[in-house]
Amino acid sequence: MNKRLTMVAISLLIIAVVYSACAAPAPAPAAAPAPAESAATEPAAEQPAAPAEQAGSLIDTVKARGKLICGVNNQIPGFGNVDANGNYSGFDVDFCRAVAAGVLGDASAVEYRYASGNDRFTLVKSGEVDVLFRNTTWTLTRDSAEVGMEFMPVTFYDGQGMMVRKSSGIASIADMDGATICVQSGTTTELNLADVFRAQELEFTPVVFEDNDKTLAAYDEGRCDGFTTDKSGLVSSMTKMADPSEHMILEDTMSKEPLAGAVFQGDPAWADAVRWIVNGLIEAEESGVTSQNINEMLASENPTIKRLLGVEGEMGAKLGLANDFMVQALTQVGNYGEIYDRNLGPDTPFNLPRGVNALWSQGGLLYTPPFR
Amino acid sequence: MATGIPPTHWVNPNPPAPAQKPPATTVGWIGWLRAHLFSTPANSVLTLATLWVLYWIGGGLARWLAGAFWEPIWANRKLFATGIYPSEQLWQPAVVLLLVCALFGLSAGRWGSIMRTVGIGLAALLLLLALIPLGGMAQAVMAVGLVLLLAGYWLGARGGVASRWLVAGWILSGPLTFVLLGGIDLPLLGASPAVDSNLWGGLMLTMLLAVVGIALSFPVGVLLALGRRSKLPVIRYFSIGYIELIRGVPLITLLFMGMTMLPLFLPSGWGNPSQLVRAMTAITFFSAAYLAENVRGGLQAIPKGQYEAADALGLSGLDSLRFIILPQALVKVIPAIVGQFIGLFKDTSLVSLVGLLELVAVAKAVIQQPEWLGVAGGVAREVYVFVGLVFFLFSYGMSFASRRLENKLGFGKR
Repeated sequence: MNKRLTMVAISLLIIAVVYSACAAPAPAPAAAPAPAESAATEPAAEQPAAPAEQAGSLIDTVKARGKLICGVNNQIPGFGNVDANGNYSGFDVDFCRAVAAGVLGDASAVEYRYASGNDRFTLVKSGEVDVLFRNTTWTLTRDSAEVGMEFMPVTFYDGQGMMVRKSSGIASIADMDGATICVQSGTTTELNLADVFRAQELEFTPVVFEDNDKTLAAYDEGRCDGFTTDKSGLVSSMTKMADPSEHMILEDTMSKEPLAGAVFQGDPAWADAVRWIVNGLIEAEESGVTSQNINEMLASENPTIKRLLGVEGEMGAKLGLANDFMVQALTQVGNYGEIYDRNLGPDTPFNLPRGVNALWSQGGLLYTPPFR
Repeated sequence: MATGIPPTHWVNPNPPAPAQKPPATTVGWIGWLRAHLFSTPANSVLTLATLWVLYWIGGGLARWLAGAFWEPIWANRKLFATGIYPSEQLWQPAVVLLLVCALFGLSAGRWGSIMRTVGIGLAALLLLLALIPLGGMAQAVMAVGLVLLLAGYWLGARGGVASRWLVAGWILSGPLTFVLLGGIDLPLLGASPAVDSNLWGGLMLTMLLAVVGIALSFPVGVLLALGRRSKLPVIRYFSIGYIELIRGVPLITLLFMGMTMLPLFLPSGWGNPSQLVRAMTAITFFSAAYLAENVRGGLQAIPKGQYEAADALGLSGLDSLRFIILPQALVKVIPAIVGQFIGLFKDTSLVSLVGLLELVAVAKAVIQQPEWLGVAGGVAREVYVFVGLVFFLFSYGMSFASRRLENKLGFGKR
């Protein structure tokens, strides 16, 4: 190479360095975010995507934006799905809609963002989603500063279960000594299985597969005596089997999987608002307020219902919300029981019994602190 | 026969050989079978074994095809095409498609060669889609696209458009695509509601990621390749460091880094780039490093005499690169570069892991729709077969076009 060529190479390289050092995303911003971002924030706040702790509470950001950004899953039947037209639906998705109705007065003012298992907490921490309703198990680590989530009230108590053949004569885990069990590899499911069997001093042979569908297929072909995963997953898996009527799900629950929404840790005003909207849905079921009878209930003399619906007291104002926030959520989405029935109840393919997800007054675990 | 009696009749002194079996047929299909499949016992065994394997695989495939359930793909065709893009604003991607059709038509007419090959493929695809009752405006859009393509070809072939304008059109089409997809504010028609890039998805997003990745990584990759051969240590070591660092890291790691760390590198006033931009940045960085190595291979294959000849002609460094070195170097590495672009196209499926709803992510969502819960065995096989076919169609298209280009340039025959 001669000197001039080298000089050219230098100048080109300087451009390259500049490009990669600071203007690297330039081609992209020049093209992409200019329309996308400016357009997206047009009706919204003056400070786009500022970190939560600097710009006051997310509650103001969401109101200014006029839209709730909700992190959801789209791959869990009954909990989060996207239909052929691109609309989201499911149990978790309905909680997003309830929060949007409570905060903004419009259950449809939600932008759904698919949160994968890997980046869901990052999305919350970086402020890209306002709230996460994505079949997330509430654990100590995730609640701690290490992961930095602030968990909302549990919306669904799941737990690991076991499916067996009715003809096998197995009635509980205790009958499964020496059984062969199909299980998905690399999950807590596999560890829970070992824990439970060891605790009961039972022998078992695990047959391990990469993904859930393969695990199920192996069980369906008769390669295992039992198939284990979360109970809600067992129910949807059952519908995919050759003959679902030959199988049953044991009563035993092998692990605790409390699924809850989550928001950014360090934004108490926002956390309180979301928390009490979720609580309000449970309280409404307990008080018998549904989307159908809410107009009569507005005239109710029951002080609890009066406070819940904002007829009496300043409950909404205390949370930074409109006083009728629960009226909006209940009219547009319905109470907890309605959400459950719509997505998982007897009229759905799942027909999942309420079980521990019933109200405390009906033998379940759902219990909300008082609205006062 | 008694002795002494003379022979009463003439005896053929050359008696005919005893009748033999007719020779093995060497003509017709039996002959062909014998010559090619059963020539030796070992070959016969191999043939039978192969037949058995084919029967085993083909039979299984046929049984599956007979019972395959394609409804999920048909019902979700909109989702596969554009993801969760708002239905009432689908005219925006449609305009982009028409724009691209027109540009391809003009280019095919003006430049011919590889552009014509690509144009023919595109025309066939559009014709096929225009004949399928896709519903909504989709069929009409495909038909109009086909008309635009053909009209563009006619106009281009008559020299109705200057190359210069065509190049400008292609360059402008990039930003214009983003503006159109993201929502526009037209002075006459009024504003269309903004469509956040997180709502872009399906095949549209896959194509967008691949095209942007290819278009942006090419210049960066060429610069890095030149930099790596530079005699200036700073530039050389920077290039080597960049290339080796990026090549030593899996794409998925870069994607996660882009997702979580890119905002930290940007000036605070820039806001938070969208997930799409972050994914594009990571893909471009990744692809540029590999492309640089491919191009370097081409540069090293240029004999020293070419450089010296360029100098002897009095060409400046830039001119010798532009007219002598790069044209030869790049032509030599076309197969490698196209191979890398095919890889890049398929690698875009990794963005499904960082929350973007491209084709594979849509497939995963479709498989889990509650509508298909009652289907024994689930619908995963059908959906993945379909997605695989889509990827194959485009990858093979690229590969085919690159072979045509190689033939056209006469490379590979020398």
